[in-house]
Amino acid sequence: MSIIKHHAKIETNALLLVLGIFVTVIIGGLVEIVPLFTIKNTIEKVEGVRPYTPLELAGRNIYIREGCYNCHSQMVRPFRDELERYGHYSLAAESMYDHPFQWSSKRTGPDLARVGGKYSNEWHRRHLVNPRDVVPESIMPGYPHLMKKELTFNDAAAHMKTLELVGVPYSGIEGALENASADFEAQATPDADQEALLTRYPKAVVGDFDGQPDKITEMDALVAYLQVLGTMVDFTAFDPAAANAIR
Amino acid sequence: MAHGAQTDTTPYVEGVIKKFVLAAVFWGVIGFLAGDFIAWELAFPALNLDLEWTTFGRLRPLHTSAVIFAFGGNILLGTSLFVVQRTSRASLYGGAVLGNIVFWGYQLFIVMAALGYVLGVTQGREYAEPEWFVDLYLTVVWVLYLAVFLGTILKRNEPHIYVANWFYLAFIVTIALLHLGNNMAVPVALMGGDSWIKSYSFFSGVQDAMTQWWYGHNAVGFFLTAGFLGVMYYFVPKQANRPVYSYRLSIVHFWALIFLYIWAGPHHLHYTALPDWTQTLGMVFSIMLWMPSWGGMINGLMTLSGAWDKLRTDPVLRFLVVSVGFYGMSTFEGPMMSIKAVNSLSHYTDWTVGHVHSGALGWVAFVSFGALYYMVPALWKRRSLYSLKLVSLHFWIATIGIVLYITSMWVSGIMQGLMWRAYDELGFLQYSFIESVEAMHPYYIIRATGGVLFVLGALVMVYNFYRTIKGDVREDSPQAAYLGSAAGAQQ
Repeated sequence: MSIIKHHAKIETNALLLVLGIFVTVIIGGLVEIVPLFTIKNTIEKVEGVRPYTPLELAGRNIYIREGCYNCHSQMVRPFRDELERYGHYSLAAESMYDHPFQWSSKRTGPDLARVGGKYSNEWHRRHLVNPRDVVPESIMPGYPHLMKKELTFNDAAAHMKTLELVGVPYSGIEGALENASADFEAQATPDADQEALLTRYPKAVVGDFDGQPDKITEMDALVAYLQVLGTMVDFTAFDPAAANAIR
Repeated sequence: MAHGAQTDTTPYVEGVIKKFVLAAVFWGVIGFLAGDFIAWELAFPALNLDLEWTTFGRLRPLHTSAVIFAFGGNILLGTSLFVVQRTSRASLYGGAVLGNIVFWGYQLFIVMAALGYVLGVTQGREYAEPEWFVDLYLTVVWVLYLAVFLGTILKRNEPHIYVANWFYLAFIVTIALLHLGNNMAVPVALMGGDSWIKSYSFFSGVQDAMTQWWYGHNAVGFFLTAGFLGVMYYFVPKQANRPVYSYRLSIVHFWALIFLYIWAGPHHLHYTALPDWTQTLGMVFSIMLWMPSWGGMINGLMTLSGAWDKLRTDPVLRFLVVSVGFYGMSTFEGPMMSIKAVNSLSHYTDWTVGHVHSGALGWVAFVSFGALYYMVPALWKRRSLYSLKLVSLHFWIATIGIVLYITSMWVSGIMQGLMWRAYDELGFLQYSFIESVEAMHPYYIIRATGGVLFVLGALVMVYNFYRTIKGDVREDSPQAAYLGSAAGAQQ
């Protein structure tokens, strides 16, 4: 076989070998990744998906910090049992502002893509402090320290500007950056004026999430994040046939 | 083949390789222990201790990074620098100084990453958890490592570059590419944030998922496969004292393997919001990948042609050969699980965990143990290992541990998948999610018990190395037969 004979050229020249390896391994990634940025209908056009509020963003960062993705997915697949158990299958648009994505690859615990609104704040708080208080068979770790850690998100605007840089349209929301700290506090303070917050971030869940009205803790932020998961898109206005036709 | 190493007098740089060997053993034990601890956490959640530093969510990345990058990484860096000197008949480029910089630089990366996980510093990207500054630091160390490895090849005294080095090169080059591509992020400090640690990834959602699994699957493909095939291509022929079975097969399977592997990432994202065309490409290439994988397995196993009898007397060779067997098994299971219909059941379940461990414990760890057992007497200039009986004991304890691990995860994984989709006669979902969690309990105990055996086996190895390095030899019966047949393979 002549190809085999010619191989001697490569295996006697280290730089040729490195070049050959580089060219060989780069092809697959380019073909699979680049079109995802250029094919427009990779992400469905749906109403309702918005950037996270400052409090939700802080909660999401706690979710990432604690490694929740090691046991919980955020990606409902289009199967009958998953639709019944979790809700509508996940759309690409629903995680388009997620830096990084948290789809995960394991369900040691249930999927959380649509956990928002399923349980009360009280339930989440008790569950996170000691999961076995509300689900006796649970094997999830307890996170009692979330209740104690007070949260100040003074640099929320900097986080939002960083996200703006990578494509999250905070500048498209009037006053989002200027009022980042005010929005952060307003969402966790039930008797504050919520109007501006809810104009900027429709459907944001407002409340004293951790049952400690005198302070904002990491528990407030994490529960606020969990309560918005999967609730942004109005599926009564979503046409799956149209979305499927383009994918 | 560049097997002239026995007769040549090139002064190899060996001190740094010894350090890599010791570091691999040290991190191996830590990584196995961490894995077993979190396995017990899943069986008995009280072990999470209600402390933020000891939860499963923080310790699981510690386990995966400790076994992949600390144990596996030290094995790959150590063996590659051991092999490249011998097969090039040249001493290490940059000498002991550059070698030591790479060694200590890499250990510091491990410590930074591990501390980060426990303290909650993470990007939240599976197998790429370290934050941006650790990533940048690793890039520098990696470039130095490439310089040492490639520099040694460039000053070789052999006309041909030996096949093991092709695999090591593919591993080094591709990991650099994947690492840079997947970790692109903007630190919040850049925009005036208080934290200099936190960053946000360049990509989001679908594109981020694809980039992450392009990286994630090829961490398996190039770190845990290509790199360790380099180990196989040197240590199996040396320990068996036979040439590699087929030169042609080496060429074909090398290029096919590295070309096809890169495409397989989307099989981690079947039925997700990733477009169908990408999923299908990922599935098709994953199935094709079966062929070069088995090409490698055949080349490794057939190297024993005419020397199969050595398996009876040489437990080190047994580790190496069984590792290639596990490699064949998990590279069959992988393509099967990448078929969308199978994946719809297996995805998100323990089956995936079992699959990973049949590759990680059976293939990666076993081929590493084989290489370690070969290198320790060679590097410390001992007549032989302290005890081959202890090698044999290690082999059997670890093998039983793996069998317990894989079988329990097969049962629990498939059961989980079936329970989630089970309907009763009235058309309702038959099980709540928590019922499937409850059903896992006995299998989590069996799995964790398998893990205990695997750790015990590693401790037997540690003792054996301690006595070997001390210079002791335990005269147990298979020793004589082994020394008679394989002493020539040792240097």
